[in-house]
Order: sequence, then structure tokens, then C-alpha cells
Amino acid sequence: MTLSLPFGPEPGAGGPSDEVWSVAELNAAAKAVVDDGFAPMWVRGEVTGFRVYQSGHWYFDLKDDAARVRCTMWKFAAQRCPERPLDGAEVFVFGKPAVWEEKGEFSFCVQRLLLTNRVGQQAQELERIKAALARDGLFDAARKRSLPAFPGTIAVVTSPDGAALRDIVRVARQRWPAVRLLLVPTRVQGADAGAEVTRALQLVNELDCDCCIVGRGGGSKEDLAVFNDEAVCRALARVRVPTISAVGHETDVSLADFVADVRAATPSMAAQLAVPDRMEVAAVVGSLAERLSGGLSRHTRFVGERLARTADRMEAAMGEALSSHRYTLERMAAQLDALSPLRVLERGFAIPVTGEGAVLRGRAAFRAGQRFGLRLADGVVPARVEEEEA
Amino acid sequence: MSKGKAKEPTLGEEIKALEDIVRRLETDGTDLDEALRLFEEGVTRLRRARERLGEAEQSVKLVLESADGTLRTEDADL
Repeated sequence: MTLSLPFGPEPGAGGPSDEVWSVAELNAAAKAVVDDGFAPMWVRGEVTGFRVYQSGHWYFDLKDDAARVRCTMWKFAAQRCPERPLDGAEVFVFGKPAVWEEKGEFSFCVQRLLLTNRVGQQAQELERIKAALARDGLFDAARKRSLPAFPGTIAVVTSPDGAALRDIVRVARQRWPAVRLLLVPTRVQGADAGAEVTRALQLVNELDCDCCIVGRGGGSKEDLAVFNDEAVCRALARVRVPTISAVGHETDVSLADFVADVRAATPSMAAQLAVPDRMEVAAVVGSLAERLSGGLSRHTRFVGERLARTADRMEAAMGEALSSHRYTLERMAAQLDALSPLRVLERGFAIPVTGEGAVLRGRAAFRAGQRFGLRLADGVVPARVEEEEA
Repeated sequence: MSKGKAKEPTLGEEIKALEDIVRRLETDGTDLDEALRLFEEGVTRLRRARERLGEAEQSVKLVLESADGTLRTEDADL
């Protein structure tokens, strides 16, 4: 594609090559530079030459005192815009510069358009609501309630079709499968959203629940505007169970976030804050079980030791008692022994007995010439009564 | 907490009571009869806490308001 030109490069300048580009190449290169060179941005200007094509696309120029730029707004973006700007209106547009290759035209591709007077009104209204809520103490740290540790039932105020609900259900189910969720369905954007969310929050007070999550998934500033609504904020403050707000993404902050007891960055985070993790709780219960049995065996061991000590003391006491009894017994045995008739005989006494062994007691038992025996310690000696004494 | 189903302690209450029991069991002053009674109560609460932990039927209900302002719930299809 390079042609050699009959001219050399310009002298000096270190400069332009002698390559020759086609128009298409030029425009394609310019488009590439523009596409890569800009992040999406806000531009402020005055609308002029506004027209709507059959296709639904919007075309206009944006100008200020010094310059103008062509703007296109594709149908899908135009549809999200609540009202058409009139020529002469001051607007903010959000988008990216673009190059239309075929025509070599530079333009701005608009994704969002805000009328500045509206922006001003909205900002003023937001400030008014904020001041009113602050005056009534709705942002006070002192009125923040803490969330229940183990909620049985959670009311969820959001759209039944939104990503927020799916995220909340998924995370809650994962962490705490037994929790009951009561969905109070409401639209969360559009003209009626404020009244609907307010009503839904009022209904929460009629439900048997332990806490309440209110929110929606990410969206544009206008999409999230309902959570700056004064009635919504006031209804949220009147919910009788602890509340968690979960509006949009991490970076989105709404007035409802300041009114709720806890602000969650996202709906998933709200579910995470609302329910405990089953595994963690199981670990706590497990350690309590160990401490319970440990606590008891501590006592039984203690009592066992006391019992053993008592048994030792009993044994010692019994031993003492026994030995004193033994002494008495021995003494008594000795006395018994001393009294035994055999002992008496050993000391030289004798007992007169009949041939049959009956003891002869007293004189009357003896007659002259009567034979009897004398019982000694080592046997019996035969004997006979002599003549009676006179 | 959930009213209506009175008396049934929540898992949170069970765990709190268990912690209290364990703390008392771990002090020296408690006598054996008391310790045994605490242990028995602890075992009961532990069993109930584990039952609670095992419960697994999560339900998602849709709250609907009738024209006359009364509320009813139905299973949400998710």
C-alpha cells in the first residue's frame, strides 16, 4: 500500500514518513485512538438541533460558548431517559467520544442524559429530606439496634424478580439452612416504588419475624432513588425489628442506609450479616459439649478423691476401734481362762464325783462307806467315805 | 423472638444457657449433686441445640396482602 512519493521527507523535523494512507485507514486509526483514549465521562452543555428518528435513536448537538459536538443517543439509552430535552436545555450527558469511520465524523455517544435543572432540584430535595430525617433523630447512633444472633424468620422487602432476592436466598440457605424467609414483594424502581416500599415496610410490622432486610441490586442513581424517599426512610425507622439495608453495590449509599440499624454493602452481605454460619455455631456447640463433660469429670474426680480419703480415714478409725476391742477380748478371755474349772484343779483343788460323773455337793451327798471318785486335773482317783464322825 | 410458640427456647438461648452451665461446672464451689444436675441439664440442652443445628428446611414464603388488608403467605417459587 505504500507508494513512493516524488518528494523527500520535509527537511529537519525528523518527521512525517513518506507513506500514504487511504482515507479508510486514516479514519480507522483515528477511531482506534479515540476508542482507546477515553474512559466514559460526564460532559455539560446546551442541547441544540434535537431530533428523534424513526428508529428511536436521538440525535442532537451539544454546545457551549466555545465549541459544539455531535451527539447520538441510541434507542436503548434514550428509552431510559424520563423526558426529552428541549433545544436550549442545559444537560449533563454521560458517555464516550466516538468516530464514525465512514463519514470521518467525531461525535459523542450518550448513555445517560440528565437535565441540569432537574439535577439541581433533586440535589436540593435530597438535602431537604436528609435535614428533616436528621432533625427527627433517624440517623442517631443511639437508636441503632443490634441484630439477633439466631433469627428464626427474616422479612425481606425487595422485588420478587430481582437479583437481590436470589442472592439473599442463596447466601442464607448456605449459611443457615433452617432460617425462614418471608418475602414482602414490592417494586423497587419507577414512579410507584416509593409508596410500595413504604407499604411493604409497614406490613413487616404485622409479620412474626426477627429482623428485616430491605434493598435491591445495583442500578443507576435514578434506579436507587426510592431508597432516598422520605416516606420510605420514615417507614424503615418504624419497623419494630432490627433492619438491614442493602441497596445496590458497595459504592452506592442511600439515606435508607443511614436509617437502617445495619448497612450492608450488597444484598449478599445483608444475608451474611443476618444469619450465623452453621459450621461456626456447630464448632461453638462442640466446644461447649467438651467443656460440659470436662466440668463434670472435674467434680467426680474431686469427689472420688474425697471418697478415697474418707475410706482411708474410716479404715484407720476402724483399726483403732478393733484393736481396743481385741484388747478387751483378750483380757476377758484371760479372765474366762482363769475361771475355768480345769485351771482350778491345776491349782490343787479336787471335785468329788459319782461314778456317773455327777458332782457331789455338801455333806448330805455322802454316806459312810460310799465309794466315789476324786476328780483331779490329770484324772480321777477312787475314794471311800470312812466311819461317820460322831 | 418468635412469639406464639411460647416456651420453646431458641438456639441462641440454649447456647447462652449452656455457657452458663459450663461456667458453673468449672467453678470449684459447686457440690456434686448440683454438678450432676447441671450436667444433666447441659446434656438436654446440648441435644436440643444439636437438633436445631440439624434442622434444614429453609422455606421462602411470599407475603400477600388481600384487598381487605389481611395478610396471607404462600410458598414462593424460587
